Amino acid sequence: MLAYVVRRVLQFIPVFLGVTLLLFVLRAPGVLPGDPVRLITGERAISPELYQQVVEKHHLDRPLYVQYGYYLQGLLQGDLGTSFQRDMPVRDIFAAKFPNTVRLALAAIVIEIIIGIGAGMVSALKRYSFLDVFVTLSTSILVSVPVFWLGMVMQVLFGIKFKEWGLPFMPISGMSSAQFPDWAHIILPAITLASVSTAYTARIMRSQLLEVMGQDYIRTARAKGLSSNAVVWRHAFKNALIPVVTFIGIDLGAMMGGAILTETIFNWPGVGYEIFLAIGQRDWPIVMGGVIIIVFAVMIINLIVDISYAFLDPRIRYGGEVR
Amino acid sequence: MRAPAVTTPVAPTSRTLWGDAWRRLRRNKLAMAGLVWIVFMVILALSADLWVPQHFGDPERIDTENLLELQLQSPSAVHPFGTDRLGRDILSRIVYGARISLTVGVLATSISIVLGLFFGALSGYYGKILDTLIMRLADVFFAFPYILFAIALLAVLGRGYQNVFIAIGILGWPSIARVFRSSILSVKESEYVDAARVLGAGDSRIMVRHIMPNAIAPIIVYATMSIGSAILAEAALSFLGMGVTPPTPSWGLMLSEARGFLFSAPWLMIYPGAAILTTVLAFVLMGDGLRDALDVKLKEEG
Repeated sequence: MLAYVVRRVLQFIPVFLGVTLLLFVLRAPGVLPGDPVRLITGERAISPELYQQVVEKHHLDRPLYVQYGYYLQGLLQGDLGTSFQRDMPVRDIFAAKFPNTVRLALAAIVIEIIIGIGAGMVSALKRYSFLDVFVTLSTSILVSVPVFWLGMVMQVLFGIKFKEWGLPFMPISGMSSAQFPDWAHIILPAITLASVSTAYTARIMRSQLLEVMGQDYIRTARAKGLSSNAVVWRHAFKNALIPVVTFIGIDLGAMMGGAILTETIFNWPGVGYEIFLAIGQRDWPIVMGGVIIIVFAVMIINLIVDISYAFLDPRIRYGGEVR
Repeated sequence: MRAPAVTTPVAPTSRTLWGDAWRRLRRNKLAMAGLVWIVFMVILALSADLWVPQHFGDPERIDTENLLELQLQSPSAVHPFGTDRLGRDILSRIVYGARISLTVGVLATSISIVLGLFFGALSGYYGKILDTLIMRLADVFFAFPYILFAIALLAVLGRGYQNVFIAIGILGWPSIARVFRSSILSVKESEYVDAARVLGAGDSRIMVRHIMPNAIAPIIVYATMSIGSAILAEAALSFLGMGVTPPTPSWGLMLSEARGFLFSAPWLMIYPGAAILTTVLAFVLMGDGLRDALDVKLKEEG
C-alpha cells in the first residue's frame, strides 16, 4: 500500500514539473509571439523605465533556465505575481474566491452522484423502456449543450418566466441576497455545472451495470434463488460502481476548470468569475494566476482521488496500473 | 507449355470495410439525421454570400442612421430571428457564424490530427525513451482543464479567429496520439508487419501502407466528435471574451452579447444557442454512428 502511494506521488513530480514548465514556456520571452512584459503589466502603455524595471525584477534578461528556476521558486512560495491594475498580489485576490468555487463544485458533484447514478441504474434495469430511451436521448443532448447557454435558458425559465407565471422562482445571480436564503442561490449554478458530467455519469453507470448484469456470477446469484433486489444491490451495484467512481473523481477536477463558464453566467464570485472579469480588463497576471490555482487544485485532487482508489480497490494496489 | 490460367468470374460481392460501414451507418437514423444537419449547415455556410445579405442584411455592418428603429426587434417576417442591439439581423449573423464555427472545428481538428499522428507514430512505433517522453507530455496536457489551458494560450497568443483554432488544435493532439499509439502497438508485432519488413519495406512504408489502414477507423470516429467539441470550445472561448473578436459573427460571441438582454430580448440568446446545440449534437450523433458502423471501441470519457 505504502509502496503504491509512494510510487503514485513520485509519478506526480514529472507531471508537476511538466505543467509548470509549460506555464513558464507560455510566458517566456522569445518562445511564443507576444511580449512577456505585456503579460505582467497588462495592456497599458508603460514608460521605458518601468519596462526596464519589470524586465529586471522578473529576471527576463537572464537565460531561460535561470528564469524557470526563479519562476518555480516563486510558485512554490505561493507567489502568483501582482495585478498591475489593482496593485495587489494575485494570491490575495483569489484567497477569498477559492472556497466559493469549491463549494459550487461540491454541490455539483452531489447532483452528479445522485441523479447520474440514479438515472443510469433506472436506464439499465429497465432497458428499452420509455425511461431508458428518455435517459439515453437526454444524455446525448446534454453532452452537446453549451453549458453557458443552458445556464441562460434556466435563468430565463426559472428566474423570470416562473415569476411571471406566479410559480416559486429562483435567484439567478450572485451568492446571497435579501430576497432569498443563501442555499437557494447555489441551486441553478450547481445544476448547470453538473449537467454535462451527470449525463456522462448516467451513460457510464448504464453501460457498466448492463455489463455486470450479464456476467456469470450474477446468473449464479439468481440461480441460487436470491431476489432481484439482492442481486442488484449486493452483487451488481458495487462492481458496476467502480468505473463510475473513477469518473466522478476525475470529474471533480474537471468541474473546477469548467466552473469558469457557470460562474460567469451566474455572477458566482469564484475563481472562474474573477478570471472572466480579468479577461475583460486585460489583467493578465490575474488570468494566469487563476489558471495556475485551478490547475494545481485539479492536479492535487486527481492525486488524492488516485490514492484513495487504492484503498477501495485492491486490484489497483497490486496491479500497479492506475485506471 | 503451361496452360493459360483460367479466371473464373467472381461474383461481385466486393464488400469492403467502407462499403459495410456505410451500409450500417445508413440504417442508423440518428446518425443520418446528424449527417443531414451537417450537410445542411455546410451548404448554408458556403452559399451565404448568395442570398443572406440580399434578404436579411449584412452580418457585421451597423446602420448607425436607423439604429433606433432597427435595434432589438423581435422576430418578424423581415427578420425571422429578430435583430441585435446594433440592429443587425440575427439570422444573417447565425448563417455567417456557421462559417466561423465549421471552419474552426475543421481546422482545429486537422491540427490535432497532424500533431496527434506525428507524436502517436513516434511514440508507438519507436517506443522506448521517446514513448515515455511523449506520453508524459500527454499527461501534462491532460492535467490541464481544457478551457483554462486555451485561455492561458490565448492570453499569450492574443485573441482572434486564427489563434482560436490554433489553440484548440494544439490542445487536441494528446487524445489522437493516444488512440493512434495504441492502434500501432496492437499491430506492430503482427506477422504481416514482420513480413513486410522482411520484404524490405522501410519504416515510412510500413507506417503508411500497413499500419495506417488499421488505425484509421478510430481516428475518423475521434475526429468527427472532435469537430463538435472544437465548435463548443470556440463558442465558450468567444463567450468569455477570449476568442473571436467583434464584430465577427461567432455564435459564442452572440451569446455573450445576449447576456444583458435575457429578459427584454430572449431571442438574442435562443437562436445562437440552438445553432450551437444542434450542430454539436449532429457531430456527436454522427460520431456515435461511425463508431458503431466501424466497430470501434473507444473508452467513454469526459
